[in-house]
Amino acid sequence: MDSYDASESTPRQSTSSRPEDYFIGATFLQKRLESVRKQTSFIPTPPRRKIPHCSQLQEDVDPQKVAFLLHKQWTLYSLTPLYKFSYCNLKEYSRLLNAFIVAEKQKGLAVEVGEDLNIKVIFSTLLGIKGTQKDPEAFLVQGLTLSPRLECSGTILVYCNLLGSSDPSTLAFQVAGTTGACHYTRILSKSQLPSENREGKVLWTGWFCCIFGDSVLETVSEDFTCLPLFLANGAESNTAIIGTWFQKTFDCYFSPLAINAFNLSWMAAMWTACKMDHYVATTEFLWSVPCSPQSLDISYAIHPEDAKALWDSVHKTPGEVTQEEVDLFMDCLYSHFHRHFKIHLSATRLIRVSTSVASAHTDGKIKILCHKYLIGVLAYLTELAVFQIE
Amino acid sequence: MSVLRPLDKLPSLNTATILLVGTEDALLQQLADSMLKEDCASELKVHLAKSLPLPSSVNRPRIDLIVFVVNLHSKYSLQNTEESLHHVDASFFLGKVCFLATGAGRESHCSIHRHTVVRLAHSYQSPLLYCDLEVEGFRATMAQRLVRMLQICAGHVPGVSALNLLSLLRSSEGPSLEDM
Repeated sequence: MDSYDASESTPRQSTSSRPEDYFIGATFLQKRLESVRKQTSFIPTPPRRKIPHCSQLQEDVDPQKVAFLLHKQWTLYSLTPLYKFSYCNLKEYSRLLNAFIVAEKQKGLAVEVGEDLNIKVIFSTLLGIKGTQKDPEAFLVQGLTLSPRLECSGTILVYCNLLGSSDPSTLAFQVAGTTGACHYTRILSKSQLPSENREGKVLWTGWFCCIFGDSVLETVSEDFTCLPLFLANGAESNTAIIGTWFQKTFDCYFSPLAINAFNLSWMAAMWTACKMDHYVATTEFLWSVPCSPQSLDISYAIHPEDAKALWDSVHKTPGEVTQEEVDLFMDCLYSHFHRHFKIHLSATRLIRVSTSVASAHTDGKIKILCHKYLIGVLAYLTELAVFQIE
Repeated sequence: MSVLRPLDKLPSLNTATILLVGTEDALLQQLADSMLKEDCASELKVHLAKSLPLPSSVNRPRIDLIVFVVNLHSKYSLQNTEESLHHVDASFFLGKVCFLATGAGRESHCSIHRHTVVRLAHSYQSPLLYCDLEVEGFRATMAQRLVRMLQICAGHVPGVSALNLLSLLRSSEGPSLEDM
């Protein structure tokens, strides 16, 4: 249809300065809107996607800076646009969120035995994690451990008064903080004094990004910031508290992003198609066979060069991946398995795909291994998140 | 006989036969049981098959309606359906064939895109029904609907024929020619 080809081509023109840019076809929402306007029923043509090119990382991103994003297991969430979020107020947001976390802890709602919820939150922007110039900047929220001195500062003074004689050169405080039991003291050395530069250990990380989110950016008004993809690493309770604060402050909504088997097979095909200098991991698939009394898992590991050779034999159109090629690639793997084991893998459910570029699990967990294709992987995930929001 | 034809046998008195084709035996069995529980003026016969062609050694009555059950969780059921469709005569597709897609409720388990099945049903000009056969309530509703369709296809409802029903079901969504 000519009309939505025209709407597809306008976002392209804004990125024409980088001709090798990775782009994805029009989302279902765009096509649906077109067909509703024409009052025709909607049967889409099979999607075509471009293979990510390794030159995607923008020049101003330092590989060392994004190195902490790699090799970590991230849980995915999709996020509706944030209302009245501004990049200038990041310090203010840190302060508010810290106050909120302290308040939540005092309420005693998120109590887990042995769980240390003393985190201090810092907001910072992540430069360069974006697809086009129109995408909003990604930002990062890190939860660092608090030093114990800061937390108990109130009780120390009280305790010194109770003791009567206190040596100003040493510190004395009781870790448990209960009043009345003042006969037990612990004297610590001066080196426990806090310093401004002391970095706490990172307990929790979460980052928001948007790669090629053109379809969502066009539909929202100026007050909203669209960062549909949220990745979190760390304790679930921290994610819940921080998520609640964001939902209250910016009127947005988080929902966990699950990846279904259809999208996992697309990811497998696209990541196998990426050109790599050396392979760090074998290409592995995991299927779950539902059978009583307990389900069976089938794991299929392929040497990455063989997987690439198979992909090259299937791949026809240069620079683009079509639905037929993905189906053919997966069918080749299924028929090979069937020939040896007489099991129809197509009747089972794909739950995990792992290649040298990245690995993804159907519950919405992802681990990115290669910094060259970081943008490409995030672009596909953004597309899934946008689709879930819509 | 390797190809199913709609009119190669004489109908039996007051009997309507439906053939359910699909790879998921348990689901088909449950759907068949739900259909037989429905009270209906004509006598119902439900045949289940994993795939076509049917073995020719069995003596079976004339089949009035074929329902192809596609499970969206497994590509294998889609491939099986596509292969079985070759063994159905073209005149069956005048309202006596229907596609049933199950499993759309659990999006995270789907390995076939919904539009693949939509395109399949469209290319065979037959209605596509969605139902989560694992849920008791939906299955009972779908059984009622299939029994009604079966009665029409067997000619037991005066004034409505299978072809009539097909054109009624199709007029609500008519895809434009450029899309296909």
